[in-house]
Amino acid sequence: MRVLRLLAVSWLFHVKQLSRSSFDCFLAICWPIFFATVAFFMFRAGGDPEALVYASLGAAVMGIWTATSVSAGSALQRERWHGTLELLVAAPTHFSLILLPLAFATSAIGVYCMATTFLWGRVLFGIEIPIEHPLLFAISIPATILSIGALGFLIAVAFARYRSSWALGSMTEYPIWLICGFLVPLTLLPDWVRPISWALAPTWGMRAIRESSTGGTPLPDVAMCLALGATYVGIGVVLTETVLRAARHKASLSLT
Amino acid sequence: MTSVRVFFVGGQITYRALFYWLTPQIYIPGLIVAPIFQILLFAYIGRSAGLESDEFYVVGNALQYSAVPCLFAMTQMIGGERYQNTLSAILVSPAHRIPLFFGRVIPVVVNGAFVAAFALAAGTLILGVDIPLSAVPGLLLVIFVAAFSCTGLGLINAALSLRIRENAVLSNVIFGFLLIFTGANIPLGELPDWMSAISEVLPFTHAIEAARELADGASLGSVAGLIGTEVLLGIAYTALGYGVLRFMEVQSRRYATLERS
Repeated sequence: MRVLRLLAVSWLFHVKQLSRSSFDCFLAICWPIFFATVAFFMFRAGGDPEALVYASLGAAVMGIWTATSVSAGSALQRERWHGTLELLVAAPTHFSLILLPLAFATSAIGVYCMATTFLWGRVLFGIEIPIEHPLLFAISIPATILSIGALGFLIAVAFARYRSSWALGSMTEYPIWLICGFLVPLTLLPDWVRPISWALAPTWGMRAIRESSTGGTPLPDVAMCLALGATYVGIGVVLTETVLRAARHKASLSLT
Repeated sequence: MTSVRVFFVGGQITYRALFYWLTPQIYIPGLIVAPIFQILLFAYIGRSAGLESDEFYVVGNALQYSAVPCLFAMTQMIGGERYQNTLSAILVSPAHRIPLFFGRVIPVVVNGAFVAAFALAAGTLILGVDIPLSAVPGLLLVIFVAAFSCTGLGLINAALSLRIRENAVLSNVIFGFLLIFTGANIPLGELPDWMSAISEVLPFTHAIEAARELADGASLGSVAGLIGTEVLLGIAYTALGYGVLRFMEVQSRRYATLERS
């Protein structure tokens, strides 16, 4: 119960904090909209209305990854700047329980972008999103957000020893957009890319959202998405131990 | 002589100071890897939409991505002085403002041109785009001109950062507008008329068009008009940026807003 309370309170705290940041919040909304606008113009010029729906759903999920990649990538560096990293690591609570709600909060901020992108597409480009399975659509979205948050958690831990972790997080933005099939069908990518796409939870989250929108069977995709998300959390917890042990051993936590 | 020294030495020192934070750990992911993936993303979207050839997106995005170093570095080289607590010392100095500010422009242009040239070369090789070797000198000229005109816009952005705290947000927003309006990915004919009209006065639009024609085998002379327009736009933006900088300097003295952040 204490753990659940910690996760919930921390998540709410970080959502409030990120919502106050013009960089994290305003940019998480605006940045993918620029790319969505370009994609809408390109697909509209292509003359296929179904492609516009495809692009609109993909562009909406792009925002979740944008909100997560930079913020989660730089989460530990931000704590360093605030001077709170050592205190958090020294706290009796396992550090991964502190980092996990932060990562989920960054992906939750992407909901702003998701809503704005749907609205943007509807008002300016007349894109109507069909939702054939509203309940499954409503399940697919939080599943995708959770799994993207889990990937953000893994990135936050993996980049813990880098001062410029935000740049590495930012670097993952375009590749994930591309290889998870947000705007481009995976069949267009080279064969060797597909196994990488399958190992990434956003791929399955995106499929689940599209399947529930177009009347397919999204539940296997939701299950795959959540399973991969849980795997990322498991790897992240183990990695946290390793990273913190190394940081303590070399006295390099603060990277000063 | 002092002005020449301020122009060259001052510009060089400020550029080196920029690399206090623009380390290889930031430069490689942000300015080497990211533009390649931007090219790939839009080339594949283009294939999916069945719109234009890979060459269209390689050239457009390689040039447009130089907006990142030009906008961010220019802003950082002036607005960043505030974070280092050196801005007031610079503005209280008797140095002429033209060499002081313009000396900072040159390294940014060179860096922006390098980023665009690297992205163009990498994108061409990865996607197997065929650009004739005879087009390379002309393309390099166009890349420099594009970086210059965007750095002019960066100077305006830098001036605004004397009053706006979140200059990184502003730089990203400008980058986003350039992505939509300059024809880097959307053929200008597909844009509504009012957007096409705006694109005519933005950096990159003419340079991208010239670069595409050169890549298709056109002679340098045949795109001289486009290059000339881009140069004129660059001069106009640089002059406007200088004017805004001086205005902001006066305003910051009058209202004591220099250390506002």
